[in-house]
Amino acid sequence: MSTTAISVHGLVKSYKGVPVLRGVDLDVEAGTVLALLGANGAGKTTLIRVLATLQAADGGTCSVAGHDITEDPLSVRKASSLTGQFAAVDEILSGRENLQLIARLRHHSRPRQAAEDLLRRFALQEAADRRVGTYSGGMRRRLDIAMSLVGDPAVLYLDEPTTGLDPAGRAEVWQTMRALADAGTTVLLTTQYLEEAEQLADRIAILHEGRILVTGTLAELHALLPPREVEHVQKQPGLEDVFLALTAAGSGGMEESL
Amino acid sequence: MSSHVVQDTAALTGRTLRHVTRSPDTIVTTAVMPIALLLLFVFVLGGAIDTGSASYVDYLLPGVLLITVASGVSYTAFRLFQDKQSGIIDRFRSMPITRSALLWAHVLTSVTANALSLLLVLAVGLLIGFRPAAGPAAWCAVVGLLLLVTLTLTWVAIVPGLLARTVDGASAFSYPLILLPFVSSAFVPTGSMPAPVRLFAEHQPVTAIVDTLRALLAGQPVEGSIWPAIAWCAGVLVIAQVVAVRLFRRAAA
Repeated sequence: MSTTAISVHGLVKSYKGVPVLRGVDLDVEAGTVLALLGANGAGKTTLIRVLATLQAADGGTCSVAGHDITEDPLSVRKASSLTGQFAAVDEILSGRENLQLIARLRHHSRPRQAAEDLLRRFALQEAADRRVGTYSGGMRRRLDIAMSLVGDPAVLYLDEPTTGLDPAGRAEVWQTMRALADAGTTVLLTTQYLEEAEQLADRIAILHEGRILVTGTLAELHALLPPREVEHVQKQPGLEDVFLALTAAGSGGMEESL
Repeated sequence: MSSHVVQDTAALTGRTLRHVTRSPDTIVTTAVMPIALLLLFVFVLGGAIDTGSASYVDYLLPGVLLITVASGVSYTAFRLFQDKQSGIIDRFRSMPITRSALLWAHVLTSVTANALSLLLVLAVGLLIGFRPAAGPAAWCAVVGLLLLVTLTLTWVAIVPGLLARTVDGASAFSYPLILLPFVSSAFVPTGSMPAPVRLFAEHQPVTAIVDTLRALLAGQPVEGSIWPAIAWCAGVLVIAQVVAVRLFRRAAA
């Protein structure tokens, strides 16, 4: 019934003799979100770059949407899309021009229409004709993800999509990712934020020192540790809740009411 | 894939050309230094230089055109470096496009931007008394040689654009290129130089190119300097292109 969208077996990759990936095995089912957790330097970005055909592996096999990454990289590039660690947008072009450019490069039959649809979907219509250099971090990230969705690729790699964003920007991106998951896109998400994985992922994999330590649902990962003593604590709103409530622009009502 | 090479190159060239049209100052900045040199040498130093020809501006202009291209291509290195830094090259490379289209987009943009700067310098030259005597065929040869020089220096510029780690590193390569015409027949006849310097000046590519351009613009026969000029350009062009394409591919491995 279920099909595998990303399949990685025994993936090995070194940089200048230093092993980064030491035999990674990972499967991502089609239409699910997998969060790859790991500290800086665990090899998350390297894994994504290999899957996006930007770097060749030293050993092992990977396939994306049924295509082997070494034998048929072009089909892999057609089926997948990368949103890298730093928003790779053209700051001199407008948001609309960025999207049209990507649509042309993906050989879309109607690039203008494709750009228009994504501007609407990502609530970027108002800023569509402004230079991207003037966008906020959250808007830039939204445009970045929108650019990755031109042509509806089956598989999306999101490499630390919320790193460097303020809480409001992060909330924007989370909302976007939830909508993607609902639409059935397969997402491989890397993150250092445990909360992000909890909130967004169907399954979570932990990458440590170049190997996958464990893969499972949040409940399965919780079950790995014995349950703790039950404590009763008063439920306080988190700092993030307070910050977001106070700074929610234009929402009104909260200001000065404390 | 190859069926999309024109389409991909056109889309990406449209993008880099917008970078130029949205900061037209890069075209002016490219032309400012050569124009300043032109004015300085024609009106301040030129009176003391004996070139044996009637008008110093006619003698000087070809060299100044080369300096214009040499300073213009540093913007190509700069734009490519920015693309690499911003991660947008990786984005393009992870897409099903013809990979060489990105480099060609930068090359075509460089040729366009340099042509505009050259026209600007030429216009100033005409204002201060440059009087070419070239016929249509000679003008075609001048345009062709300048195009070849621009293509050559552009591919040379792509190498530091891809290799550099800082913005300054990306454009520093152009300083020697700008200085090379000073040790050639561009500003003064090589006959006035001491023997070792003269030996270098007479056998480096700028002298061959400048002598050819000067003869063509004056409507005179090119006297054999045209073949070394073309050979230098073609040789450097081929080497630079092979190195640049290899670097571009290696970054993908």
